[in-house]
Amino acid sequence: MTQPKPRLTTSAMIASIASEGQRTQAAPFGKALVAYAADHPEIVGLTADLAKYTDLHLFAQAYPNRFYQMGIAEQVLMASAGGMAKVGLTPFATTYAVFGTRRAYDFVHQVIAEEHLNVKICCALPGLTTGYGPSHQATDDLAMMRAIPGMTIVDPCDALEISQAVPQIAAHNGPVYMRLLRGNVPLLLDEYDYQFELGKAKLLCDGNEVLVISSGLMTMRALEVAQKLRSDRISVAVLHVPTLKPLDEAAILREAGKGGRLVVVSENHSVIGGLGEAVASLLLQQGVVPTRFKLLALPDAFLDAGALPTLHDRYGISTEKFAQSVKLWLKQ
Amino acid sequence: MSTLNQLRASAYRIRRHAVRMGAVQGQGYIGQALGYADVLAVAYCHALNLRPSDPEWDGRDRFLLSHGHYAIAFYAALIEAGFIDEEELFTYGGDDSRLPMSGMATYTPGMEISGGSLGLGLPIAIGIALGLRHQHNPAIVYNSMSDGELNEGSTWEAAMIASHYQLSNLICLVDINNMQADGPSSKVMAFEPLADKWAAFGWHVQRVDGNDLAAVLNAFDTARQLLDPKPRVILFDTLMGKGVPFLEARDKNHFIRVEPQEWAQAISALDQAKPEGA
Repeated sequence: MTQPKPRLTTSAMIASIASEGQRTQAAPFGKALVAYAADHPEIVGLTADLAKYTDLHLFAQAYPNRFYQMGIAEQVLMASAGGMAKVGLTPFATTYAVFGTRRAYDFVHQVIAEEHLNVKICCALPGLTTGYGPSHQATDDLAMMRAIPGMTIVDPCDALEISQAVPQIAAHNGPVYMRLLRGNVPLLLDEYDYQFELGKAKLLCDGNEVLVISSGLMTMRALEVAQKLRSDRISVAVLHVPTLKPLDEAAILREAGKGGRLVVVSENHSVIGGLGEAVASLLLQQGVVPTRFKLLALPDAFLDAGALPTLHDRYGISTEKFAQSVKLWLKQ
Repeated sequence: MSTLNQLRASAYRIRRHAVRMGAVQGQGYIGQALGYADVLAVAYCHALNLRPSDPEWDGRDRFLLSHGHYAIAFYAALIEAGFIDEEELFTYGGDDSRLPMSGMATYTPGMEISGGSLGLGLPIAIGIALGLRHQHNPAIVYNSMSDGELNEGSTWEAAMIASHYQLSNLICLVDINNMQADGPSSKVMAFEPLADKWAAFGWHVQRVDGNDLAAVLNAFDTARQLLDPKPRVILFDTLMGKGVPFLEARDKNHFIRVEPQEWAQAISALDQAKPEGA
């Protein structure tokens, strides 16, 4: 008798995106911020009732006098972080990505960005990382943030990258929007001898037939796809682009210009306004036109609620569906 | 000359500067500027601790112009306080001027924020007040706003947070001229009983006639000297067009109509009532 398939439950906010048996690291953002803040008294932390769910609670415990709870008031969260930056502090403001962008957009735009203030907006639940439906799924956050002049945007892949990014975004002069993975965060880039550099894309593995250009957790998926397709003798290169703005145009043009490869841009975000359209625009304007170019991203739609494995399959960003799409496109 | 007489002279000059700027563009929020001139005179010529030659001085009191469209009044106060030369008013609203029609932080010395998108000022003031306290800086943060901004949810979010943090270094100034874009503020969105609302949010509240200089002066001094660990709000009832009788009498609306020849007439009206010593 075959075992019945386990019934999947809705993925709550605390769900880890790590697959079974995957190595993880707990709370990389909170730990990195606590470490950096030890020698940087100008760092303060603010949240809108989501310290625990953004790993900022570690900072609050370590530095209670440098932590400000703003309640569920994302507009004031962003504007007051701007106010603190105006007197010389470096605020890290955390909430969920939907609230930090959609709810507080004018406050980010007019208070923080217009004066190029030193606020670091770090937002959990990027893209499709919760099963709670569109109220909590930030499938459009990168599009909104990319439209703001002077905003630096980081979409990290794993725990190592988050740890390395924290001191760099803190030291960067100006506003930053960083997507956060929190809780038990997958750890994989240490196997690639990886070092995050703000504004730089990194080639994680090379291959002749496919070039995946990706950010965030889709880089993890791309590396899994590269591994998987090796048994089919398909070789896949992965260019990881953690900084969406400013874009590492030179690295993208260099890799996409090599020719003969299927180019796939993959992101945990709507096909509208994210990395895919940024890369497409760059390539067209520079006259670098791959023979085959595909976007592997979330559809322009309000996504379903449910369990993340189901949803990632449904919208084509699971490793298996990703690999299937690549194989299909190679045959076209 | 007594403080009050000096302030009367300052308020007269602020009104005059504002009308001259309005004449440059043939437009401007002159009704609001004339109504709010007394409050600005007390703020800039009495209450605020400032160094006009060093607008970025760390120890300065911060004055946030949340209602960015009041810029014409605010520039007039900056001229009176010595931040800007009087001659510069001829550039008001022109291309590449430091005095744009809506106030922006990056354009004008002494302009702390980019207001205009209403409901931003008080939330920013929360951050500055918390930040100054964090740094043991005794400066006071003033947020200046219009009654229309009472419609904004962010104002009340901030009101709650200010009292939660007992921000006694925060003074909010509300200009109640009862006029916003679509008509009388009380008709657009009823806001009374306003003093009770702020008090219920945990603020120390004063409500005064914003065109009675002695009352305005007293309200500022009370708010500054209070020992109560609460944020303070002063609600100023003001008359749009104050000081220019034909504008005071005109049908009120948000963007008051002024005919080309009336700018000079407005100056004459102000000059006729010129206070002693001005």
